This record gives sequence, structure tokens and C-alpha cells, in this order.
Amino acid sequence: MAELAAVIGIGQTKYQTKRGDVSIAGLVREAAQNALIDAGLEWRDIDAVVIGKAPDMFEGVVMPETYLTDALGCNGKPMLRVHTAGSVGGSTALVAASHVQSGVFKRVLTVTFEKQSESNAMWALSNPHPFSPHLNAGAGGYFAPIIREYIRRSEAPYDAGIKVAVKDRKHALRNPLAHLQLPDISMEMVEQSPMLWEPLRFLESCPSSDGACALVIAAEDLATQAPKKPAWIRGGAMRSEPTMYAGREEVNPQAGRDCAKDVYSQAGVTDPRRDLDCAEVYVPFSWYEPMWLENLGFAPEGEGWKLTMEGATSLDEGGDIPWNCSGGVLSSNPIGASGMIRFAEAARQVRGDADDHQVEGAKLALGHAYGGGAQFYSMWIVGSEKP
Amino acid sequence: MKDIAVIAFSQSDSVADAGANNEVELIMPVVSDALGQVGFKSAQDVDFTCSGSCDYLQGAAFAFVSGVDALGAVPPIKESHVEMDAAWALYESWLKIQMGQAESALIYGFGKSSPGELPHVLTLQMDPYYVAPLWADTIGMAALQARTMLDAGAITEEDMANVVSRSRRNALSNPHAQLSGDYDVETLLAEDTYLSPLRRHDCCPSSDGASAMVICTVERAREMGVKYAVIRGIDHRIETHHLGARDLTVSSSTRTAGERAGVFEAPVEVAELYAPFSHQELILSRSLDLDGDVDINPSGGVLAGNMMMASGLSRIGEVAQRIMAGDYQRGLAHATSGACLQHNLVTVLEGV
Repeated sequence: MAELAAVIGIGQTKYQTKRGDVSIAGLVREAAQNALIDAGLEWRDIDAVVIGKAPDMFEGVVMPETYLTDALGCNGKPMLRVHTAGSVGGSTALVAASHVQSGVFKRVLTVTFEKQSESNAMWALSNPHPFSPHLNAGAGGYFAPIIREYIRRSEAPYDAGIKVAVKDRKHALRNPLAHLQLPDISMEMVEQSPMLWEPLRFLESCPSSDGACALVIAAEDLATQAPKKPAWIRGGAMRSEPTMYAGREEVNPQAGRDCAKDVYSQAGVTDPRRDLDCAEVYVPFSWYEPMWLENLGFAPEGEGWKLTMEGATSLDEGGDIPWNCSGGVLSSNPIGASGMIRFAEAARQVRGDADDHQVEGAKLALGHAYGGGAQFYSMWIVGSEKP
Repeated sequence: MKDIAVIAFSQSDSVADAGANNEVELIMPVVSDALGQVGFKSAQDVDFTCSGSCDYLQGAAFAFVSGVDALGAVPPIKESHVEMDAAWALYESWLKIQMGQAESALIYGFGKSSPGELPHVLTLQMDPYYVAPLWADTIGMAALQARTMLDAGAITEEDMANVVSRSRRNALSNPHAQLSGDYDVETLLAEDTYLSPLRRHDCCPSSDGASAMVICTVERAREMGVKYAVIRGIDHRIETHHLGARDLTVSSSTRTAGERAGVFEAPVEVAELYAPFSHQELILSRSLDLDGDVDINPSGGVLAGNMMMASGLSRIGEVAQRIMAGDYQRGLAHATSGACLQHNLVTVLEGV
């Protein structure tokens, strides 16, 4: 049986288009230092470091863990580098947790980052692969046709995506770390923004951010002694499926459904909308909120958009199941860190430490990440109480 | 910690250029072979799958994504990836089994170095602000390390040539080797230096290839009635990135990893060391107290063929296979990453 583990420290940077004031090492150290301060620990208290980020081409540094070991106080310790596409932030947290849940380590620091201003992510993702058809579209171009198929099937109203774009940017106004701060955001403003990939408009898409996120994960005995309330890891799961195969369900991928089922059963969740208090879900393009509401079992198939339109996922509208109270990926997107930010924000909620975007009394929260062509998933559920 | 069993291993030939074969075509034969050795058909038959690869070798993001096509991942599987040598994918899988979330795992590593110039590609691993712009490549940095050793009197050029001579000779019995042959020390030393003090034969070749391994709990291996070697210990440590801040003539991280993995608790009979340059084998064997009684790199090691991202896993597989065959009872395998042995992993394997 796995040992109990909990998040005892969380550190983030301010997310913005360009962090010209720090190097890559400076960026990760800032998040890591913030996590240590939050946990009341020092560098020497850490047994191992697990680092994650999306493709190395985003910064042009090959296997950057070798360069970042000094900045992360890791000399003489084990260091592992995870890379599972856009889900990497979540996967990295799970791999870090396994260092503790295996009983091998007591206290682990995990850090994810992206300094996207060092390059152009869309083109770094669109390099031609030898022997493969060249997709010169970036992520938005890849997902747009899948979203159109969702709209066709579900007969969702025209403005469901617009509503998500507004809702998450309003949430971001409660989170000073969020990259996009758009106090005048409105349905009209989103609707009038340029169309990028039909049906996705500019303001229905995530920004490109610099930023890093770090967690300190500790074993049960040390977590109970931590200065602040721990977020107990109640379940964690990952799933992958091939990018393309005959009959692949791209709108509602099986890997996502299976991953959710796995993490729910570990945490004893039978009805996610009822049993969970909030969720931080990887929504880089507006329409992915209704799509993931269905994929994750918060709504029956074809009805995710109804929750969105009712305001069920909005903190400002007093919804019963707020999604992405931090502003989500739509408001801050340092790609390699985005999944871990979801996991960290879920933990902040159950620690009662989410400041102005706190869901009152949150006890159980989902953190979710996906990546690639929506074939890689990682999820965890954290709780204010031990299982 | 639980003992965990290595029950299958497969590796491709190390070749200078795999030609038009793409990553999936490199992976499929070794994954199928490793799974087939224990009667498995696809990744559906294991609880967890983890791989190691590097985007920069193929020159495009997401090298590992197409790798999933080689696994039979429909329905979806529990899968992860490290942007490191697959020896670290083994480490992640080992943790997964230790925590009880899996009883078995498939691990694979692959790399196709031929499309680029590997020493230059790996330059981009260095500090991007202060070192990488100088284009100090891996061979240049290794030469610096070898020169430091020679100047300190820690080794001689004959010692380096001896390592190469033994590697080439051992590789004669390794059907996967890229470079093998019978060369005496005098012949090797008569060659010109390439990047002083290194001669070409002091440097590993650049290779394309893949390897795969299946591990499981010892209980599961017994139930299956298959041969296995036991992982008694595994640990890895990294050192500072700054070459000037390290004593390049020793490997303190290898020493610590060896201690944590239990190397020094009993004598080892065999060691496979990931030493891309001849003098590094001497650093590693000294850091691990390997004396003349230990068979070092019976496969020829990576001087005989270096499949980036798979060579570390292959070292572990080489030792496991020999233990499973009954040639040895206790051995160690080593994997490395980074310039001048910055990051090192040590595994101790034993027979049943």
C-alpha cells in the first residue's frame, strides 16, 4: 500500500508575457523558494527534486535539469525530469508524490516551468517530424475541428465558449498572480476579438506566459508537523492513448474518461459534481470547459454546456461546482507549469489558502491536466482531511 | 524496499545510421521482443509503461508521442515519460511498484542521433547564458577532463588505451556492437590524437537504436515461473553543473549513488559502466572500488556503441541478462547523463 503524502508547500511566480528580470534558473528558483517558505523549510530539508516542463525547444535547452540543479539546491541529491507533453505539470506532481508514497523519500521538491518568451511555442510545436505529415497549425488549429464536432453533436449555443472566456477572466481578477488581468472583460469584448481558428477567437485562447510553479510534498509524519494545513493526496492517475487510431473518440477521449474513473475510485468520489467542492481543469481553449465537464463526468454527454451557461462553474455567479477559480489556463499559461498550477490551485483550495478566489469550505478538489492531441492525462484529488 | 525482478530485456543493434527507420520502427522490435520473452503481447499486459527519449535528437518536439504507437495503447494505458536516459524511466517505474500502484512495468528507451551532430546537439545541454554560446561540445569537455586526470597523474594514456583494447575485444562476442576488434595498446597509442589527449577510439561512437525491459514484483515473477534477476538497490545523484566547481578526476555522485544502492555491502562480480570516454571508465571504476577481480563492461560498454537515451537502460539489461543466464550472482550497472559524468545512477542486481 502506498504511504500517505501531502502537499505542505506551494510556490508560484507571477505569470506574465516576459520575465526579462530573471534567467531560467532565476525563474525556477523563485517558485521553489516560495514553496520552501510556505512549507517553513530550507533547501537542506529536501531529499530529492523532480522537475518537469514541456518540449525543450521552448527554451532551446536540452534536458535542462542538468543546468538547473544548482538553482534548485539539488547538488548531491536525486533529480528526475518528467516530460509528458501539456499534461507534464500534473504528471510531474504525481511522479514527485510517488517518491514519497513509495516510502523511499520523506520530503520532495517538485518544480515545473516554461519561459515561453525565449521562443515561439506555436512554431516550436509545429516543427516538421521526419517521415510524418506536417501539421503547421499549432495547438489551436489542431483542436478547432474537434471543438466544431463537439458543437455539432451537442447543439451547444453559439456563446458557450464566450461565456467560459469571460468567466475565467473574471476569476483571474481575484488572483494577483494571473497573467491576464482584464477588468473590462465582457461577452461583447470576447465576441469582437479576432477569430483565430474558427470557432476560437483570440480571447477564447490561452496566453503565452513565463512562469514556474513548485510544490513540497511530504510523508504523513512530517506533513502533520508542517506549519500550515496540508493538502492530502487522496488519489492520482495517468492515462495515455495513441494520437491516432481507427475509431478514436477525439471529442470525448477514452483516456480522459478512464483516468477520471481511476482517480475518483481512489478518492471515493461517485458523483464528481456533488462530491467535489471545486476543480482546476486544464482548459486552454474556452470550449474545453463544456467538453471536459462531460469527459470528467460532471455532466451527461452533450450537456456540459448547460452547466457553463447556468453559471454552475462560476465563483462570481455562486455556482455549485466552481471550475478554475484561479483564472485557469485561459488566464495564465506557462505550458510546462500549467498542469502543476492546476494541481497546486486545487491544493490551495483545500488548504483554505486561496485568498480572494477561495471556495468557501472547500474540502475536496480535483486537479487536472491534459496534453498532446488530448491523448495524455494526469489528475489528482486532494483533500483537507486524511483518507 | 521491495526487491523487484527484471524478467525480460531486449536491445537493437547499435548502428551509425538507422536510415529511414522512424522512432516507432526502432522501438517496436525491442518492445515486442521483451514482452514476448515472458509471453506478453502488448503494454496491455503490464500495469505501467515508462520511456526515455530526447526531442533534440530527432530535431522536433514530442519524440515520445509517436512512441506510444508502438505499444498497443488501445484501450488507454498508464504511461509516463522522462526526457532522460531510460535508466531513469526504470527508476520511475521502480518507485511506482514500490508504492503499490503497479506490479509490473514495461520500460523502453530510444534515440536516433544520426540526423544531427550529437556532440553539438548536447552542447545545448549546457548553461544557456554562459556556456552554451561558447559551443564547448561534449568531446571538448571530456578532453578537458582527461587532461585534468593526466596532469594529476591519476591515469596514463596507456591506461586509457587499455580500456579501449578490452572494450573492443569484449565487443567481439556482442552481436549488437557497432565497434569491435582485437587491438593492442601499442597499435591504439600509435594513432594520432583527435582532440588532445583523446584519440578517436577514446570516444564512443554515435549510434541509433533502442532497448526495452520488463520488470515486476518478485512474487509475480515466481507466479509466472520465469527467470529473473533481482534489483537489490537503485539510486541516482546529480552534481553541480559548473565544471569548474567539480573535481573532474572523481565522481562523487557515483560514489553516493553506489553507497545508497548497496554496492559496498558485498563484492560484485560484474559491472557495466556507462563511460562514453575511455578515461571515464577509470573514474567510475575507482569511484565504485571495482578491483581487478570484477569483469568490467563484458559487452564492450558504450565505447562499442552508444544508443543515446537507451544506453543506460542497456547497461542494466546487460547485467540482468548475464545474471539470468547464471554467469554471475551479483553485479552493478551504471548510467550517466550530462557533461563529464554530471548525473549518475547505480543499480545493484543479484541472482535468485
